[in-house]
Amino acid sequence: MRAIITVIGHDHVGIVAAVANELSQHDMNIVDISQTIMDQNFTMMLLSEWDEANLSFVAAKQLLEQLGQANDLTIRIQRQAVFDAIQKL
Amino acid sequence: MESRSILETIQMIDEENLDIRTITMGISLLDCIDSDGAKARQKIYDKITTSAKDLVKVAGQIQTEYGIPIINKRIAVTPIALVAAASSDADYVAYAQTMERAAEAIGVDLIGGFSALVQKGYQSGDRKLIASIPQALAETSRVCSSVNIGSTRAGINLDAVGELGRIIKQTAAIDPVNCMSLVVFANAVEDNPFMAGAFHGVGEADRIINVGISGPGVVKRALEQVRGQRIDVVSEQIKKTAFKVTRMGQFVGSIASERLGVPFGIVDLSLAPTPNEGDSVAEILEEIGLESVGAPGTTAALALLNDAVKKGGVMACEHVGGLSGAFIPVSEDAEMIRAVRAGRLGIEKLEAMTAVCSVGLDMIAIPGDTSAASISGMIADEAAIGMINNKTTAVRVIPAPGKGVGDEVEFGGLFGRAPVMPINASQPQAFIARGGHIPAPIHSFKN
Repeated sequence: MRAIITVIGHDHVGIVAAVANELSQHDMNIVDISQTIMDQNFTMMLLSEWDEANLSFVAAKQLLEQLGQANDLTIRIQRQAVFDAIQKL
Repeated sequence: MESRSILETIQMIDEENLDIRTITMGISLLDCIDSDGAKARQKIYDKITTSAKDLVKVAGQIQTEYGIPIINKRIAVTPIALVAAASSDADYVAYAQTMERAAEAIGVDLIGGFSALVQKGYQSGDRKLIASIPQALAETSRVCSSVNIGSTRAGINLDAVGELGRIIKQTAAIDPVNCMSLVVFANAVEDNPFMAGAFHGVGEADRIINVGISGPGVVKRALEQVRGQRIDVVSEQIKKTAFKVTRMGQFVGSIASERLGVPFGIVDLSLAPTPNEGDSVAEILEEIGLESVGAPGTTAALALLNDAVKKGGVMACEHVGGLSGAFIPVSEDAEMIRAVRAGRLGIEKLEAMTAVCSVGLDMIAIPGDTSAASISGMIADEAAIGMINNKTTAVRVIPAPGKGVGDEVEFGGLFGRAPVMPINASQPQAFIARGGHIPAPIHSFKN
C-alpha cells in the first residue's frame, strides 16, 4: 500500500521526529518526503509504503489521526491516485 | 510526489467545500412488474436491497481511503407509474412505502423514481401515481417524486400541468416540507443523479452508477485570483477549475463502479450549492462582478458560468449526462437567500436565469394562498422555456400554508431555508382550465 501523508500545523520542535518515529514503529517506509513553512504553518508531505497484510489502511489512518491530535497537528492520509486523477491529464 | 498539487487538492476539499454530492445507483425495476401488486412490491424490495446492498459501504471506503467527502448515497428506480401499471392497485402509496423500506434497509439517503412521464399523454398507471403523490410523500421521508409534463418533441401536457398545480397544493397542505421531494419537469433526463428528480430511464442498463459533483466554492476561490481581468480570463479560469472538480467525479465514479461491479454511467457536471458559507453559486456570479445576484447582468454571467463549467467538465470525464449545469435552488444557497431577503432577487429574474442554466424554479417558497392555477402557470412557463430551448427545466416550489411574503420555511440540513417570495397576483385560471395539449414546437426559423 502506498499513500500520501500530509502533516499541517503550527511549527514546533520535534514534528518530523514524532511522525517519522510513529511510521517506523509500524514498519511504514518513507519513500519520499518534502517539508516547508507555508503561511506560518508547518507543512510536510510524505509518500509512505507499507505492507497492508500487517497494517490496514484504516488502522494506519487511525494511528496518524491520534498522533495528530496528541501533537496539535492535522495529519491526513490518502491514497495517491486521487491526486493524480484530479491534477493530471 | 508533487507537493503543490497535493496541497491544492487538500485545500479544495477542506476549505472550498469540494465534495461528491451524490453517488446514485440507477436500478431498473422493469423485471419486477407483476399483475399482483404485493408480489411486484416484494420483487422491488428484493431487487433494490440486493443490487445496492454495498453502496453505502463502498462510498464510505472511498471517502476514508481517498479523503473525498461523499455526501449522499442514493437510488433511482424505473418510474413507478410504469412498473405498477400492470397491477390492479387503486393507488400506489404502498409502492412508495416499499421504496422507503428498501432505502432504509440499505441506508441510502434518498430514493427517487416515484415518477410518471406524461409529456404526451397519460397511461393508466400515470393517473394513479400522480393522485398518490401527496399521500406517498406524507408517509415516507426518503422517497422522491417527479413528473415529466412536457418535452421539446412532445409539447406540453396542459392537463397534467393543471393537475400538478393541485397536487403541489395538496402536498403542501399536509406538510409544506414534503414539496421539496416533488419536482415537475420538462425534458426530464433519464440518468440524473440529483434529487428530487432522479429516476432510472427505460433506455438505461439494468443497473448503473451515476455521480453528481459539487464545488461552487472551488470556482469562487479560483475567480478571486483573476479579479478585474477580462471576461475571457474568467471563462478560462472556470473551465480549468471545472475540469479538476469533474475529474474527482470521474475518479470516484470509476472506483465505485469497479468495487460494486456495476457499470459506470455518467458524471453530472453540476455546480450544486449548499447553505454552507462559501458553497454558493450566487457568490460566483457576484465574484464575476455583480453587486448582488439578481442585478441586471445576472443572466449573462450565469450563462457564461454554465457554459464554461460544461466546457471544462466534458473533457474531464468519459461520459457526461444528467442535468449538467449550475443549480440555482434558492433555499440551498446562502447568498441567494440573502438576495431574496434584501429584495434584490425575484421570481421573474430566477425564471430568466433558468433559460440559461440547469434546472428551474427550484426550492422556492411561495405564499400559502397561491392558487393551484398560479402554480400551474409557473409550471407551464418553465416547461415552455425548456420545450423551446431544448433543455431540461423544472419547478420545485413550496406553497407554505399560512405563510406570506417575508416569512420563511425551514427544510433543514442541505436543503436550507427559503424566504417566501412574492408572485404575480393576476391569475391564469382560464388558460390552465382549458386543458389539452400545447403542440410540439417547430425546430426551424429559430428566433
